[in-house]
Amino acid sequence: MSKKTTSGNPATTRRNFIAGAAATGGLAAASTFIPTRFAIGAQAPIKVGIMLPFSGTYAKLGENITDAMMMRIAQAGGMLGGRNVDYIKLDSEAAPPKAVDNATKLVKGRKVDFVVGPVHSGVGMAMTKVMKKAPKTIMVVPNAGANQLTREACAPNIFRTSFSNWQTSYPMGTELHKRGHKKIVTLTWNYAAGKQMADAVAQGYSDAGGDASGIEKLWVDFPSVSFQPLLTKIAAIKPDAVWVFFSGGGAVKFVKDYAASIDKAQIPLYGTFVTEGTLQAQGAAAEGIVTTMHWADTLDNPVNHKFMADFKTASGRNADVFAVQGYDTGSLLLLAMAAVGGDTTATPEIIKAMENTIVEGPRGPWRMSPTHNPIQNIYLRRVENGRNVILGVAHEALEDPGTGCKL
Amino acid sequence: METSFYLIQALNGIQYGFLLFLVASGLTLVFGVMGIINLAHGSFYMIGAYLAWSLTGITGNLLIAALIALPVALLIGFAVERICISHLHGRDHLDQVLLTYGLILIFNEAQRLIWGNDVYGVAVPQWLSGSIALTDTQTYPVYRLFISAVCIAVGAGLYGVIKKTRLGMTIRAAASNREMAQAMGVDANRLFAVVFAIGAGLAAFSGIIAAPVEAVYPGIGENILVVSLVIVVIGGIGSIKGAFAGAMLIGLADAFGKAMLPEFASFAVYGVMAAALVWRPHGLFGRVKR
Repeated sequence: MSKKTTSGNPATTRRNFIAGAAATGGLAAASTFIPTRFAIGAQAPIKVGIMLPFSGTYAKLGENITDAMMMRIAQAGGMLGGRNVDYIKLDSEAAPPKAVDNATKLVKGRKVDFVVGPVHSGVGMAMTKVMKKAPKTIMVVPNAGANQLTREACAPNIFRTSFSNWQTSYPMGTELHKRGHKKIVTLTWNYAAGKQMADAVAQGYSDAGGDASGIEKLWVDFPSVSFQPLLTKIAAIKPDAVWVFFSGGGAVKFVKDYAASIDKAQIPLYGTFVTEGTLQAQGAAAEGIVTTMHWADTLDNPVNHKFMADFKTASGRNADVFAVQGYDTGSLLLLAMAAVGGDTTATPEIIKAMENTIVEGPRGPWRMSPTHNPIQNIYLRRVENGRNVILGVAHEALEDPGTGCKL
Repeated sequence: METSFYLIQALNGIQYGFLLFLVASGLTLVFGVMGIINLAHGSFYMIGAYLAWSLTGITGNLLIAALIALPVALLIGFAVERICISHLHGRDHLDQVLLTYGLILIFNEAQRLIWGNDVYGVAVPQWLSGSIALTDTQTYPVYRLFISAVCIAVGAGLYGVIKKTRLGMTIRAAASNREMAQAMGVDANRLFAVVFAIGAGLAAFSGIIAAPVEAVYPGIGENILVVSLVIVVIGGIGSIKGAFAGAMLIGLADAFGKAMLPEFASFAVYGVMAAALVWRPHGLFGRVKR
């Protein structure tokens, strides 16, 4: 096989995902049809650095993003702009202190053409420092939601295929006002992502005409998952509604704790990300939770149906929003490299292609905003029988304001 | 806020404290008797939680899962002591920290290979799934009270074993003076293996009974390890009484810290540790070493 996977971390070498992806994508067949102009001239493969967490709490996110992206590219023949792809994986460990070193290793050491990563916003912010000194390398953020990545810290070579924290939660503020809730408690981990989302909820609420002084913001120290004291506090405040942002293990635990302590019929629970990829573990405790998100597994479009089925076959896991983001990252790379015929030195043209491309993804068609963040629908969803059922579009074609970005 | 608010917060703190005590007691026991700092203690908690999840899935009953998981964890603890820890006696703490840290990495990797990186939830057994109304808006899950009851029972059992049985007597002898106990004919090798297995068993058991109220996820062991170390340091290294006091202090500090000073909640725990150590540098019940 002409394709090889290298790894910056021994922990990832024993993963055999490529085999599965190749089976679905017909990679073996594709590699026999290399266009002749590349057969001579010894075109080096395009190097795609993957800087995602492959260990720890966020490991599943890193895995799903990587697998979906590789699946997407394998399905399109396994090549970018007619050139083979060399994936270089590096475990980011979701550790901001190691981010500059790791990104430098990929950009300077391995001379990658693209860096796909990260999951963690703190890692993302640190990576921008490296990327700004390497304008020929393009960074595609497949998850990290820090608003600044496509605002103050934006750069011509930094793109995001996921969301900004603001984007996911602003429509929730509108919705809470629409539902007539006056006294609202917001609760998240006391770190950047949580704060940006809670602020966006409050902003959406007051922009819709609500009185934001009715919102009480509560915090839990990150990454603590002992929520009982906060639940007692919520019960004492007696709000009309509660909005939370937690993910992974924290999301599972909070939703179960909430269901055991507070009657959701009395104080309804709203959230961002809190039911994403965790519904199975949350079980009945998650029923009725209303969330906003740029995708849902129940979204009815042909790309989504195919993607859900293919991902399940290739990885053996159920697709989630992180896999969607990985998949669309793959699409974006394919489209951009096809536009320049695989010429990685044509950076301005690649950037232009990425800016003007419309990606037909599982979440529906979307394109980049002027500051390189997706302009996308935000859906309103409610958990019914263990699935996030779409109630409607909470905000159509929502664009992050991109405040402070000069491109 | 009304009085009931503070009372419920105290209940939250004490309930959390009981669970922390169960985890920390194993850690402090191993240190007290064997002089080993076992950083892999949290891994046994993790193993317990994951075993509870997979065995509950197979058997459909947490109680049966616990009955199978506990011996498995004890066995793993025993094997780890025989294969790894037994070579550490008489070596300094740095070697112990290195080896047990290595064990964390191995256990985490094993977890990834066996159970994957998903987050899992364990259902609370049907007969314990109810809630008691505390106020008109808050109910308290019966299972949390059950956890406290179990922790009290295990704690009392531990006390009984250590104070009243021959094994307990040897444990106390070895904890107070290892060389002397050996000189008096205590089979140190056997004792150490048993104590380490008990320590691992306590951690795993905590993981099993906590699984229904915790989410089961990668990294769960490290989170509990850090708190356990804080508790052991506050209580005095090697003192089970100290572990109890430390666990209660941390449980209450966590509850009231989160409720009253959310911005400083993570500091509250370490603030308590700092204050305790200023007051008693060897921990609340620590013995001053010669």
